[in-house]
Amino acid sequence: MTYATKSPWVIHYDGSSCNGCDIEVLAALCPGYDVERFGIINTGNPKHADIFLVTGSVNEQNIKVVQEIYNQMVEPKVVVACGICACSGGIFHDCYNVIGGVDQAIPVDVYAPGCAVRPEAIIDAVVQALGILEEKSKALQAQRKGA
Amino acid sequence: MGKATVIPFGPQHPVLPEPLHLDLVVEDETVIEAVPQIGFIHRGLEKLVETRDYNQFIYVAERICGICAFGHSLGYAETVERLMGVEVPERAECLRVIWHELSRVHSHILWMGLAADAFGFESLFMHCWRLRERVLDIFEKTTGGRVIFSVVKVGGVVRDIDEAQLAEIKRVLEGIKDDYRQIMNAFLKDTSVKNRTVGVGVISHEDALALSMVGPFARASNVNYDVRMLGNGGYGRLSDFQPVLDAQGDCYARVKVRALEVLQSIDIIEEMIAQLPAGDIATDVKGSPAAGAQAANLVEQPRGECYYYARGNGTKYLERMRMRTPTSQNLAGMTTALAGCDLADVNMIVLTIDPCISCTER
Repeated sequence: MTYATKSPWVIHYDGSSCNGCDIEVLAALCPGYDVERFGIINTGNPKHADIFLVTGSVNEQNIKVVQEIYNQMVEPKVVVACGICACSGGIFHDCYNVIGGVDQAIPVDVYAPGCAVRPEAIIDAVVQALGILEEKSKALQAQRKGA
Repeated sequence: MGKATVIPFGPQHPVLPEPLHLDLVVEDETVIEAVPQIGFIHRGLEKLVETRDYNQFIYVAERICGICAFGHSLGYAETVERLMGVEVPERAECLRVIWHELSRVHSHILWMGLAADAFGFESLFMHCWRLRERVLDIFEKTTGGRVIFSVVKVGGVVRDIDEAQLAEIKRVLEGIKDDYRQIMNAFLKDTSVKNRTVGVGVISHEDALALSMVGPFARASNVNYDVRMLGNGGYGRLSDFQPVLDAQGDCYARVKVRALEVLQSIDIIEEMIAQLPAGDIATDVKGSPAAGAQAANLVEQPRGECYYYARGNGTKYLERMRMRTPTSQNLAGMTTALAGCDLADVNMIVLTIDPCISCTER
């Protein structure tokens, strides 16, 4: 991919992370790393978002919230699991209230490991996600033409 | 009077980086009652002491919360040291104070940014977070991590800060001070900011005491209490420590207390660097906590007093580890402040307690 056809908007939800990854997601959006210069904006509305950044693992109480946000997002959409807790449960994998990584609740496209995940890793994951978003978008268009 | 309606707030909400759910009972535009619901982040990590030994658990304790990560590892290490009667070298105690106060600087500036975002001052939010990156750079240079440091161990610290790095910290903090004063002016003198904070969500001194509030939230209601004045650990070496207080008890007072605490923390770091004793940075810890031994400890986190309790059972695993975190103390104050406020002020009031939900639920 040499250029992005659109500036993706991201939505962030904290599953059951310790905040470490959340503040790194925000740090990636803020002047230190400044992904806003590429038009990537953090939105609070799932219907406006293309990329879903989830931090932290899922448990009985928040699994419905994560699924609800995912279902409200419009196709095409990409999910990025930020941090090792979102990937697999991490250091808390054997806690009694942790089901596991976010992939237990919704399909995950890109995994960004790290404890806490570094902003560089998040940016790298979002760039990968952009490629997947492009493919999904093309597949969706082909499907529409075929129908 | 209109009919009472319930508006759900959270768990996914633009002003909240963390999931907290509030049922706001509103009549017209006034909030009558706020009913919090928590439990979205509960992991049950206190039970992990049964499967992690006391040295391993420090890395779990650090991940109670990513913003006050250092404070939790410090509080846990000090508790286990008391449990086992370990003497920590003076240099390690001072280094801990330096990192802890740097965490406070980063946490308060982060909070000020989020507060600016809550009242819709986007550029001020960005300025705060840009300034915060410079503190994170110090962390990265001295510990290798940006938010999780893994630098404390039972008996001392893992890494030393050498002379060149100390000089660098001093130089960076000087630079931060100048830029920080400008941001502080925006928070404390700007009329549009003051319109959102002055007189909003007032908590009286009596209420603050009755609701057992802690930290800057309580100090803004003139509660003269800060764990640092007890002089635990390296804080005993400070020449003088006076908590930052304000009597108004509104959102403006809370912003002001935190804003001034940043400067206070920078002064503490400078004093610590000036009198840093030479010597070892850790003592060897051998053996296990005795069966039935108990220890308690207090640490002033950026959000307020945090209480730790540990009990040994004769093995290298602890019998029980318990923390009482500042936000769980402050939730009652938050719902009191929310009752009777304007619907538009809800996010401002929620933010001024500096909620740390992952500390609260663990």
